[in-house]
Amino acid sequence: MIAKLILRDKVYEVKAGMSLLSALRKIDVLPESVIAVRDGEMITDDEILRPGDEVKLVAVISGG
Amino acid sequence: MRQHKLALCAEHYLEWIPEQTERFIKKYAMFTRGEKILVAVSGGKDSLSLWDILVRLGYRADGLYLALGIDAGIGYSRESQRLTEKFAAERNLTLHVADIEKTYGKSIPAFAEISRRGQGRPCSVCGLVKRHEMNRIARDFGYDVLATGHNLDDEAAVLFANTLVWSEEYLLRQGPVLPGSDGLARKVKPLCRFYEREMTAYAIARGIEYIYEECPFADGSQSIFYKETLNRLETARPGAKLTFYLNFLEARRSGHLFIDRNTAQIQLHPCPNCGQATSAPGLCSFCRMIEKTKNSP
Repeated sequence: MIAKLILRDKVYEVKAGMSLLSALRKIDVLPESVIAVRDGEMITDDEILRPGDEVKLVAVISGG
Repeated sequence: MRQHKLALCAEHYLEWIPEQTERFIKKYAMFTRGEKILVAVSGGKDSLSLWDILVRLGYRADGLYLALGIDAGIGYSRESQRLTEKFAAERNLTLHVADIEKTYGKSIPAFAEISRRGQGRPCSVCGLVKRHEMNRIARDFGYDVLATGHNLDDEAAVLFANTLVWSEEYLLRQGPVLPGSDGLARKVKPLCRFYEREMTAYAIARGIEYIYEECPFADGSQSIFYKETLNRLETARPGAKLTFYLNFLEARRSGHLFIDRNTAQIQLHPCPNCGQATSAPGLCSFCRMIEKTKNSP
């Protein structure tokens, strides 16, 4: 039972049932650097990922 | 928002951000409702959100888009301009568009290559041209103030960079408001206390269509490296970025930083060509670059 996290052109698979924060740590993405969107709604770090979830990670850092 | 110990639903979040913006505008005496504001818009989340917020708050805010001619195979400037024009048209707002190549004969990457500024990156030239043009257009069109979409992460990264080398002159000039002078428009940063993440959330919740791709020249830049470094700190110590920036502002305001003693030593001079203020007598950096590149194709 997995959930997918999608950041730009990369897809990460994590175990469903863990929190978004734990999943981000697992894939080594800083929570501060992304906004997570599931089914068009933003979700918070403590949200539990469900089986089959596809969560888009919107990168927030810009500049040069 | 761990740094504020606050969680809001989308509806209240969309109210909270403009309310806080209004609070910062007043706290730092940025501008009043009677003044004409020019918002520098890039097509990105911060500047379009700033324009949206100021208009919602009832301020007289027009937009300025600078067409920089950055293509890099993905039509970056063209897409940024399209999104900015769409934003303005949908809300019936006034947008000024200044095309650098049409005005000065060369795009930003071309200026960078010919003038050899910036060690192979056009970012230095881009910053120089943007500052000059934003100031010129604000002055030419009679705007009282120029507003930019710099957020807390932008400000903290600049502060971090300047602190690492104790750059007194830059530390002295950093703040939510840069007062105007004879050759320079007043510059303000109404979003300077919002995290970049908060502004992204605002743009998404508000349904603002912005350019998601980074500038193709930003990859590997110093400012992004410092932002990532500060985000590691923030993850371990929520609120660290905000504390870093606010304590700097307070130390500067109260005169507890060494830089205050040097205020009187910094004197600006008018550029003999364009009239904008510059730190040394003679042509400003922008006019020197134009002079240096004028005979190149």
